[in-house]
Amino acid sequence: MSLLEVRNLELRFGGVIAVDGLTFSVGDGEIVSVIGPNGAGKTSAFNCITGFYRATGGSARFAGREVTKDRPSRIAASGIARTFQNLRLFPELTVVDNVRAGLHTQLRENVFDALLHTPRYRRAEQFCSDESHRWLDFVGMTGDRGRLVRNLPYGDQRLVEIARALATRPKLLLLDEPGAGLNHGEKARLIDLIRRIKKLAVAVVLIEHDMGLVMKISERVVVLNYGKAIADGPPEQVKRDPAVIEAYLGPDEETSQSVGTDVERGDTHAGGS
Amino acid sequence: MAAVAPTSRSRRPDRRASNLITAFTDSRWLGPVAFVLAIGFPFAYSSNYALSVTTSAAVFVMLAVGLNIVVGYCGLLDLGYAAFFAVGAYVSGILATQHGFSMVETIPFVILATIVAGLIIGTPTLRLRSDYLAIVTLGFGEIIRVTANNLDITGGPSGIYGIPSFELFGYSLTDQRRLYYFTVCVAALAVAGASRLGRSKLGRAWRFIREDEDAAEAMGINTYTTKIAAYVVGAVWGGLAGTLFASQLSAVSPASFTFLYSALVLMAVVLGGMGSMPGAVLGAIFISLAPEVLRDLSKYQYFAFGIFLIVVMLFRQQGLWPARAVERDARRDVPDVEPTLADGDGLR
Repeated sequence: MSLLEVRNLELRFGGVIAVDGLTFSVGDGEIVSVIGPNGAGKTSAFNCITGFYRATGGSARFAGREVTKDRPSRIAASGIARTFQNLRLFPELTVVDNVRAGLHTQLRENVFDALLHTPRYRRAEQFCSDESHRWLDFVGMTGDRGRLVRNLPYGDQRLVEIARALATRPKLLLLDEPGAGLNHGEKARLIDLIRRIKKLAVAVVLIEHDMGLVMKISERVVVLNYGKAIADGPPEQVKRDPAVIEAYLGPDEETSQSVGTDVERGDTHAGGS
Repeated sequence: MAAVAPTSRSRRPDRRASNLITAFTDSRWLGPVAFVLAIGFPFAYSSNYALSVTTSAAVFVMLAVGLNIVVGYCGLLDLGYAAFFAVGAYVSGILATQHGFSMVETIPFVILATIVAGLIIGTPTLRLRSDYLAIVTLGFGEIIRVTANNLDITGGPSGIYGIPSFELFGYSLTDQRRLYYFTVCVAALAVAGASRLGRSKLGRAWRFIREDEDAAEAMGINTYTTKIAAYVVGAVWGGLAGTLFASQLSAVSPASFTFLYSALVLMAVVLGGMGSMPGAVLGAIFISLAPEVLRDLSKYQYFAFGIFLIVVMLFRQQGLWPARAVERDARRDVPDVEPTLADGDGLR
């Protein structure tokens, strides 16, 4: 059975249907990309799976357990970590403190340990700091980690957000447009990072508009349009899928055969926002 | 990914000049030195007036430190903090005068009552954010005051009289000097406790919530219970301050717990620097002593006080002693290079 099973997931805001019977699954340690035109419901689906939106129908089962009714914190603690489309770091805290957030649920210290500075408190705090630095090392965040995260260059902030998510020790990592705003070199390093994350036996699902990145890294691609999955398969197959081409370029039967390769450069059409 | 090595970007022009000072203010000696200074104070000024004013200041420090947990650490704007102060004062007052408890014996009941009060205000209101929360807490503060004003058990508008002094090991703290020492010790414990909480897992969680509630939730932090914890801890601190207050004045009445009082405590926190423990202490000492220092101006006393506050806030918006923005000992070398993701819990 798959790690994540999304079945007929539905999300309505009044009359607007953001996610309309979405079905897909993610296996252990798999890298899956979710693509689709703007407004296709990709981020909304992420928000349902992580509990930030309450799905109005369908189910999402993670490791066999239904999660759509849970608090986000419970879902996070059960092993789904995420990053946000527009960075959601803790701006007025230091880089290390940001990563420490990810370790929160792993620390066994209570209020009395903290008040009395018991050995257990010291051990927990030491572990928390060391582990934070290890994750920062892992993502390749060099430079001063004692300063405020809002003063970091954008690319480094992205890395800190991934380090923070990894620090929760997820089985599944959801990355919402991790490549947005990164330059060419930074994207290459992102690809390398995602591959190293996979080696930790963590499944990665990414929403991404950069088709080059998607095609290079994905083992499977799920294409969304109007809240539904219109294609699901290996990148090579999805790229040639007529429904996908139509979703990106509009229904034009005469040209649809010849523009298959356009999807590969599709970030211009999909608007890499 | 960092194409830019960010070393050149760290701007600290006043580095050399302030190195010695920050080395001290960041050290663990700051608290003990402040404590010794406070204990030494009666050797310099020992008039009953000076001791009475400074004892009140110590109580006020405790309040500011408690509110700093709620407002400074957790970012929950509370405009009715005097309510918890009142609960503490009334619970020990009533138990001591009507049920024959000694002041020390009332403490467990004060803690219990303030925890309940914290839960009552916290549970329904914390789903609200910022401005709305502020309004509701303001209402809660008024409800407590008006209730105290109208119940028989609280003595109505005239309040409760004849609250006994604390007794410790057979010593009665009726003497101003003893009471001062005792109050300073309790306030010091309150400050140390609050700042230790601030440096713990719970304290970090509070700051994560203040910075970004959704992101905190995504890290597995239950923001709802964590915010209630902030309220409850703040309430206990305020309640214990209320007990000291009741015993010092030997009387409590609703007039002591007005909105103005809540606003003054908040002012101490903001003036000191939100989220900074040394700041809250400094702000509280400042707010409680400044009107006394300005007493010679008689009727212009509060006018001058007000002007002074405005000037400070205009020229030092971050507060007198803002929270430290960097972690000085952020090390880069850790023993194990690969994170311990695979082999289960790194903590046993």
